[in-house]
Amino acid sequence: MTLLEIHGVNTYYGESHILRDVDLTVNAGEMVCLIGRNGVGKTTLLKSLIGLLRPRSGTVLLEGKPMDRLAPHQRARAGVGYVPQGREIIPQLTVEENLLLGLEARPGGLGRHRQIDPIVYELFPILREFLPRKGGDLSGGQQQQLAIARALLGQPSLLLLDEPTEGIQPNIVQDIERAVRRIIAETGIGVLLVEQHLNFVRQADRYYAMQRGGIVASGPTADLSQDVVDRFLSV
Amino acid sequence: MWAVQLLVESLFNGIAIGSVLLIAALGLAIVFGLMGVINLAHGELIMLGAYTTYVVQLIFRLPLFQPFFDAYVLVALPAAFLVSGVVGVLLERTVIRRLYGNPLETLLATWGVSLILQQFVRSVPLASATGLVLALFVGLLAPALLPSELMAGPRGRFTSAGIWAGAALMGVLAAAGLGSLVSSLSRANPRNVDVTAPAWMRGSLDLAGLTMPVPRLVIIAITVVAVLGIAWFLARSVWGMRIRAVTQNRPMSDCLGIPTETVDVLTFGVGSGLAGVAGVAVSLLGSVGPNVGTSYIVGCFMVVVLGGVGNLLGTVIASLVIGVMTDLIGAGRLLTAWPGMPSSMATVVDFFATTSMAQVLIFSLIVVFLQFRPAGLFPQKGRLVEA
Repeated sequence: MTLLEIHGVNTYYGESHILRDVDLTVNAGEMVCLIGRNGVGKTTLLKSLIGLLRPRSGTVLLEGKPMDRLAPHQRARAGVGYVPQGREIIPQLTVEENLLLGLEARPGGLGRHRQIDPIVYELFPILREFLPRKGGDLSGGQQQQLAIARALLGQPSLLLLDEPTEGIQPNIVQDIERAVRRIIAETGIGVLLVEQHLNFVRQADRYYAMQRGGIVASGPTADLSQDVVDRFLSV
Repeated sequence: MWAVQLLVESLFNGIAIGSVLLIAALGLAIVFGLMGVINLAHGELIMLGAYTTYVVQLIFRLPLFQPFFDAYVLVALPAAFLVSGVVGVLLERTVIRRLYGNPLETLLATWGVSLILQQFVRSVPLASATGLVLALFVGLLAPALLPSELMAGPRGRFTSAGIWAGAALMGVLAAAGLGSLVSSLSRANPRNVDVTAPAWMRGSLDLAGLTMPVPRLVIIAITVVAVLGIAWFLARSVWGMRIRAVTQNRPMSDCLGIPTETVDVLTFGVGSGLAGVAGVAVSLLGSVGPNVGTSYIVGCFMVVVLGGVGNLLGTVIASLVIGVMTDLIGAGRLLTAWPGMPSSMATVVDFFATTSMAQVLIFSLIVVFLQFRPAGLFPQKGRLVEA
């Protein structure tokens, strides 16, 4: 089943043309990885999907419904979970409050949901320990786990992950990879991942490679040749 | 013994002065401190609250409500909150929303609004003004109460036209009714008016040789309740958490599913409503006029900046510090405490021993203080500042 479908998306920063006619699909239960060197527009694409940036042309369909006119909070409620580059934890709120804010994406928001699903403590045990701490006091890796847990609590149908392993110690990277795979297996959501770590990229089902704002190659990650890796991953 | 009494008396007066400052600045602490909006019309929102008290008090003089006259303040408080809150919401939706991120333009625009509001209460009869506010209240609130299907699509335009027509009708009826019941409200009055305090509020309490005027005590009580209420709202309620999240990281809060525009309206409405509550307090202290807000606005900004922008506790402490200092300097306490001081020094103390000169001295001291601690008494710490 096609979960996310985008057609001919063109996004600009002011006058500079960033995304050029991007087409892409993500199916339910599938992990799709977006690769490409720095500055080719991967983050811009994710921001265009959550609604922080408005494409000048093209359509974004979630479960067949167009989202182009929706604000980010409406897209979140429609089922898009977003873990941005740099995590964007609310710094002066406690870890618990940050997690609670994840519930806002559910229908009715915090007004109707107050229970933090314990699955997030199972995925990231460190969070339970740090509940009363300020989000801003956590280390980068802990913040990343918190950001993913926060997005998962909204029970999204599509999860957007922007470089979740960037600048994070290897053992936490493994935790994150395991958590993402487990969520896909258990809930059947679709994941669109921007990633540079080859190991994580290999776990995706399909890949899209970007260059200068356009998709230049795509296919199953099993077919990812060394040549493509050399061209599109900055390792 | 007299030293203790002097200390207690000075402390009480300081707290009394400080609590007026605090209740006046509390709404600004939210609007300026949390949203970063420089709202120069804040003083006029206080003024509207004071006028609301005046109107409520006149209504309570009608034969029907006369028996409950003693309790009109209890009605005036929520009424003033709603009136200033509604005007604040309207201000946010029409003017300030378009100027987020442009502090200079916001400052100019809200200054213009403050002048408009001052002239408004001079030239519009208060009965008509009451009707207008009622119509705005109904018109702004009704869409939130009706089922959302009615507001969607082409039918929505029809519904909202109906709502506004009904609201306008209600406003006109209320204005006409009020004008015919209380004739003084049906004419425009550019002069100051006086709010009659209920009998129980006129005296003073004597406690251990200390004379405490009842209105001052009432203001302190209102301030304490307002501060505790707003602290609870921000720290514990769902909307408070949403407000804090949006304040700290607007784009991410949006991505999490928080309706940021609704949060803006609510934050601004609550801040403005608190200005209305301050207006009730102000009306208990002296006459109410179109310029009553202007005399408070400078003090409000001083308190918020001295306390550290975005810090509620800082606002509380700053207003108390300014209050106590105003009393110490303005009443020449130093001279009372040390009668034998050299005459040259006594002249200086005496020179500043009036309310206005004390203010001059304190504001100068604040300016000097801010040279060394530009972020105020309690600056924001941590990664938030760097972001």
